Amino acid sequence: MSLVNLTTSALAISAVCATAAMARDQVQVAGSSTVLPYASIVAEAFGENFDFPTPVVESGGSSAGLKRFCEGVGENTVDIANSSRAIKSSEVEVCAANGVTDIIEVRIGYDGIVFASDINGSSFAFTPEDWYKALSEQVVVDGALVANPYKTWNEVNANFPDQPIQAYIPGTKHGTREVFEEKVILAGCENTGDIEAYAAANGGDMKAAEKACISLRTDGTSVDIDGDYTETLARIESNKDGLGVFGLAFYENNTDKLQVATMGGVEPTVASISSGDYPVSRPLFFYVKKAHIGVIPGLKEFAEFFVADEIAGPSGPLAEYGLVSDPELEAVQQTVADEAVMGGGS
Amino acid sequence: MTDMSKTTAPRNSLLKQDARTVKRNRAEKRFKAYGIAAISAGMLMLMILLSTIIGRGTGAFQQTFLTLDVQLLEAKLDKNGNRDLEEIKKVSTFGYAPLMAAAMEEKVAQTGIVTDLEPKELGDILSKQAAAQLRDFVLENTDLIGTSVEFRFLTNSRVDGYVKGRVTRESIANDKNINVAQLDLVDALRADGALEKRFNLAFITGSDASDARPEAAGMGVSMIGSLFMMLVVLALALPIGVAASIYLEEFAPKNWITDIIEVNISNLAAVPSIVFGILGLAVFINYMHLPNSAPLVGGLVLTLMTLPTIIISTRASLKSVPPSIRDAALGVGASKMQSVFHHVLPLAAPGILTGTIIGLAQALGETAPLLLIGMVGFIASNPPDGIASGLMDPNSAMPAQIYEWAKRADPAFYERAWGGIIILLVFLVTMNAIAVMLRRRFERRW
Repeated sequence: MSLVNLTTSALAISAVCATAAMARDQVQVAGSSTVLPYASIVAEAFGENFDFPTPVVESGGSSAGLKRFCEGVGENTVDIANSSRAIKSSEVEVCAANGVTDIIEVRIGYDGIVFASDINGSSFAFTPEDWYKALSEQVVVDGALVANPYKTWNEVNANFPDQPIQAYIPGTKHGTREVFEEKVILAGCENTGDIEAYAAANGGDMKAAEKACISLRTDGTSVDIDGDYTETLARIESNKDGLGVFGLAFYENNTDKLQVATMGGVEPTVASISSGDYPVSRPLFFYVKKAHIGVIPGLKEFAEFFVADEIAGPSGPLAEYGLVSDPELEAVQQTVADEAVMGGGS
Repeated sequence: MTDMSKTTAPRNSLLKQDARTVKRNRAEKRFKAYGIAAISAGMLMLMILLSTIIGRGTGAFQQTFLTLDVQLLEAKLDKNGNRDLEEIKKVSTFGYAPLMAAAMEEKVAQTGIVTDLEPKELGDILSKQAAAQLRDFVLENTDLIGTSVEFRFLTNSRVDGYVKGRVTRESIANDKNINVAQLDLVDALRADGALEKRFNLAFITGSDASDARPEAAGMGVSMIGSLFMMLVVLALALPIGVAASIYLEEFAPKNWITDIIEVNISNLAAVPSIVFGILGLAVFINYMHLPNSAPLVGGLVLTLMTLPTIIISTRASLKSVPPSIRDAALGVGASKMQSVFHHVLPLAAPGILTGTIIGLAQALGETAPLLLIGMVGFIASNPPDGIASGLMDPNSAMPAQIYEWAKRADPAFYERAWGGIIILLVFLVTMNAIAVMLRRRFERRW
């Protein structure tokens, strides 16, 4: 008898569900784990100050978020994708193929990428050249390209301590990795002039030379971390010789365990990043589906609230957490207000 | 006599062991020692695990609070003075921050503490949650605008860490979020009694909080998410599992088809749970268009995972009912179905329930499949307001919430992750204890 009861109640529950599945009343956000803390701070404040429910923010990486964003238009797709890099033209094409045509690009500010070691370890003053020489698969020694021979930091730069090279860098699914490759490794490759040697080896093809620059050594000195910064921190705690790549906000929450290295002689702070003195920073974005505005309640309000002065401004909670606020915030606010889509379309 | 004793005298006296017996006895002793060593190793691991969890997690159940009198200034909160709720709602939580700073200044002046901190730095001792708490209170009690009300606010996670000993004066040397002067003030307020560490119910009942205010995060809403998932699992897995096993055990003919089904059920029990997550994403979300992050989808995925466990344990308990019971029932003229439902099933029920509870406990602690259906992230912040919303609205689950906390930047979340583990363990131990009790109480042996 109880069996029959249970079956009936199961059927009743699924019937209730079917009716409830019709409408979604909260904004859904997915994407970059770097943007996640900022988005969750905004979502929380949004839920408190508006009559809309608190938006749902999932993480999983910029690429994963944009992939879900481009799956199509409709209530079971996400409304906003967070990204720690600009959307690629290939992704825009995938979006368009799935009917996601009008995308609003919103830049929320800048984020610094810092290099840090254990608090009790040796301190470093890096230049991009040092990182290039330490991690690139091949380097130029005595005018010839050879497999990277360096084992310790003092071989890379005589000013550094005699400490084995061990770097924990973000894995390839992270947007941070691209910035690291472009602004550190590639910059170092160009500054040392080694790019000429790569170009010569590739028959003068600069594109191939750049690609060769950023291919990193695979002998265990450089470890890809596919998880979050907490994993990088755990690696450094267990290996005091390790150096890790972090976001500025993460470092600022863990100053008791990490010491930050300077890059090109500049210490990473909100001030030095916003002035552009600290070289390794990148813009953070979120992308809004225009087709969902007016369908999902609170979507436009949330986007506007995200870039409002009191949130994303220099004295707002995002800046307090570590975001470098956008000097052109007003233009961004205008973009959101006008619902101006990418590519200048309607 | 002597002859007899000569021929039959045992070469080996019973009182004196021969070499082989000694060897066998030694082997047995050694084996016992290995067994004891294995158990001790297991117990040691358990002790280390439990002491680590309890040592690191109990801190999450206590939080530092600061008691303050706040002037609810009419000029700030209701400029026109007409107590119109819509107008009062326009003042955002940021508009409440000056009130908190003012209340802090007043408190400092009252207690006679000398400090040269700016009003903003004074306000930073409090949690960001405090403004939201104040705003919610004002919106509910608009008649109290213009008066002074006593509040107990959470303090910032750094201050809480200082009171709990996680943060020290040395460790904040490079920290931009707190300075030594603020810690001096915290010490003075503690001596005054306004600032104290006390039990924090909000950790058990509250919702998740953003990275800016770890001190306000709680497990409550994700517990509700887990509860709804378990309801779905129970409502689907129990009837389907029991019906399948009764048919297979009592009615189905024994042929190669049932053999294949049997092998597949055993295989299904061994499939890694992440596979069910991928299946859930493909079938329930992408194909059936059920919403993301919904406990209903989580429940469906976990049902798939729990079904084999329930089927296997149900079949085992049906098998353990002696055939004589069935024969007796059939002998007095009962139909096959009557014999099963009136006699076999009631006798097998304790075993079925035990298996179900253990299956549920397993599902409760499962994280991997939830990663793929969007139940990990900043989600659990809207407590559901009914059964439909509980099933369909985005929510997290206890293990997913713990995972989420463990990967956030602020070390204060790490403490909460351990605290969450304690709550989860309490649930698991309770469920397993109920299973053991049911078995002890109702199991029949023949």
